[in-house]
Amino acid sequence: MTYFSLAQEVAQQPSGGLHGVSLATFKDAEHIVRLAVASAIVLVIFLLVRAHFIPKSFGQYGHYRGDALAELSAKPIHYAGHQACEQCHPDVLDVKKMGKHAGVNCEGCHGPLATHADDPGSVTPVLPDTKVLCARCHEENLAKPKSFPQVVTAEHSGGEACKTCHQPHSPLLAPGEKTKS
Amino acid sequence: MPFDGFMYPNEVELQWSVLIVVYPFVTGLVAGAFILASLERIFHVEAVKPTYRLALLTALSFLLVAPLPLQLHLGRPERSLEMYLTPHTSSAMAMFGFVYLWYLMAVILLEVWLEYRKEIVLLSQSTTGVKRLMYRVLTLGSSNLSEGALKVDDKVGWVITLIGIPSAFLLHGYVGFIFGSIKANPWWNTPLMPVVFLFSAMVSGIAIVLLIYMASAHLRHKVIDMRCVDTIAQYLLYTFIIDFGLEMLDLIHRIYEADESFHSLNFMMHTKLFFSQVVLQIALGTLVPILTLGFIQIFHVPEQVRKFCYAVCGTLTIIGIFAMRWNVVIGGQLFSKSFLGYTTYKVDLISREGELIAAGLLLLPFFILAVMVKILPPWPRDEVNAAD
Amino acid sequence: MITRRRLLLLLPAAAIAYPYVLMGTPEAAPNYDRAKHWWGMLLQVDKCIGCGNCVRACSAENNVPEGYYRTWVERYHVTGGPEEPPNVDSPEGGIKGFPPSPYTGGKNFFVPKMCNHCVDSPCTQVCPVGATLHTPDGVVLVDDKYCLGCRYCIQACPYGCRFLNPVKRTAEKCSLCYHRITKGLTTACCENCPTGARQLADLKNPDDPIHEFLRTHSVQVLKPHLATGAKAYYHDLDGSVR
Repeated sequence: MTYFSLAQEVAQQPSGGLHGVSLATFKDAEHIVRLAVASAIVLVIFLLVRAHFIPKSFGQYGHYRGDALAELSAKPIHYAGHQACEQCHPDVLDVKKMGKHAGVNCEGCHGPLATHADDPGSVTPVLPDTKVLCARCHEENLAKPKSFPQVVTAEHSGGEACKTCHQPHSPLLAPGEKTKS
Repeated sequence: MPFDGFMYPNEVELQWSVLIVVYPFVTGLVAGAFILASLERIFHVEAVKPTYRLALLTALSFLLVAPLPLQLHLGRPERSLEMYLTPHTSSAMAMFGFVYLWYLMAVILLEVWLEYRKEIVLLSQSTTGVKRLMYRVLTLGSSNLSEGALKVDDKVGWVITLIGIPSAFLLHGYVGFIFGSIKANPWWNTPLMPVVFLFSAMVSGIAIVLLIYMASAHLRHKVIDMRCVDTIAQYLLYTFIIDFGLEMLDLIHRIYEADESFHSLNFMMHTKLFFSQVVLQIALGTLVPILTLGFIQIFHVPEQVRKFCYAVCGTLTIIGIFAMRWNVVIGGQLFSKSFLGYTTYKVDLISREGELIAAGLLLLPFFILAVMVKILPPWPRDEVNAAD
Repeated sequence: MITRRRLLLLLPAAAIAYPYVLMGTPEAAPNYDRAKHWWGMLLQVDKCIGCGNCVRACSAENNVPEGYYRTWVERYHVTGGPEEPPNVDSPEGGIKGFPPSPYTGGKNFFVPKMCNHCVDSPCTQVCPVGATLHTPDGVVLVDDKYCLGCRYCIQACPYGCRFLNPVKRTAEKCSLCYHRITKGLTTACCENCPTGARQLADLKNPDDPIHEFLRTHSVQVLKPHLATGAKAYYHDLDGSVR
């Protein structure tokens, strides 16, 4: 008897065959029951593993680890922010806020200085080289807004450092000037 | 410059490598081989019966290999359990983990077990040593081979196969959905993607079973059942026609609508993807097999020639479907989402995601299958020895 | 009616917060309330000078690996209408600024790009495990301790703002300097932008001047047809921008 004809026979029985199996022949389905039990055990193990390994804070705010918010908020800060600088350097602020660089924040030129702000004595910032620094913004480029002050530095200064003629904190002032003459 | 034109700076490097080409290719073979097996079980296509067990074992061998390219690709494979711990229900990738598990446990393993249970019980009584232990474990402690028990096996097996068909559709349709649902990528983004993937999977699965059957008969010096392979070839042709039709529909739609991405994609297809798409996938991998198999349907072709044609067409089909996966996965990452540039895919020979690993993963299922046919022989009882 | 007990509890809290209130950054007080904020960004194209300060600052603040970009600047050269492909370049994301333009004439401008912190972000939708998330205050973040590195989110982002960190082997992108904005500071890019082209916006704060700008000026988002709910608002964005 081939499997094919067996299937035909089973399918042709009224109500599909399995319902015709009485309790006495339950033994014939015993291996299926064993399989079901084995599967149930595997499922329970999976659920236990899952309960153990899911991070405790998961789902607190959404489908993610709630602890991640605190962790990501606690990353180290490298730029102190201009308010921190202005607390100790109000004299610079006084000059800067009157000139064209009023909106340029300190660390934009001086680099990240949170370590210096936290402990000024231990970290001494290195002054940027104006030969290189200023050109980053002010070197002429076709794509810069026309109203933005830009020069071809080679023609404008012949390669000399910009601070020879301009005070970096208030660039329309010459070195040593306190106010515009 | 590693790219032409303009690409967003983070786009230059490809994210999904050749391993992510191997993966849908392998799951496609699984789904396809299973559908072929179900032809006999559910639709009573008796002619393909000699390949029923072989198709099941083929599906199982490839299914066992399927998670490997994914694990090798992950940045943090040690965290992969998270997909089962906290699956994100809006993510097709997460849901796929369960579809895979369901398909492996509830469909393939169960069906193989029910199909082979009689042999397993007999072998657990006739063999000795380690083999005996192995078979005894597989019996799950029951040695009931009464007619009633076998009837139960058959009935349950039939139900499993029935459930297995939509499960196979889900298994590979999901892979298509993983790509097709990405609105950011116009090469992938189409509702046709799951359907195209599925039909190309069926084509590749039918072809691989055809090839394995013919190759194993040849290696074992048995006569190939021509009625069987002729029928398989017929189903291969029908499925191919549907698959080709769907792919052409997608192409025609794109050309007709010509949306903002069209110029960029069109250019890509004519240059970077020309060989893999036009030559390998369409011409050699689809048109040649369709025309050859179609010719065989219409005109009488001698048996030896048919066998040769089936072997060639089967091989071209497999290559063509692999090329299709390549064109979708790699092709989808070669162009910039700004539609202004293209990058190149540099695949290493020896690296975690390199060519050697990919080749190894493609060959591994055959080794697994070779072991499996020793443990659970699938060969038909009424095979004829080939004359020398 | 405030009870004495309540007052006893409130006073120390007020004392802690007071210096921050004086500094003008009350949110920096150790009682940042996520429910009171909804973050976005304003990017004014007419003010961007392509100096690359933002790219450098972000890189320094967030330890961004070389060759990858949490933010970048693109330079456009447009000669035709919006349908014509523009010439775009972004040498190393603009981290060293831009060399002189090889073109003459046409429309030329810089466009800063970053994560748009979308309300309906496709990236969070596709993450299989919940490693990329929406904070209650509107920031899209990556939990790098949970990410598998499957890269599905990178594929799903229409803006190209994500990448895989080659060291951590997890997904990474702009975090809107969450560690800064929850302490009353602004993002590193905004802090270092010399022209105010980039400015943080708190869309739940009616007194926020940027919020006011968004209400009164013409603003655009990138790829609006994808309905991602992007919160990086551009002002003066040309139709040719991709």
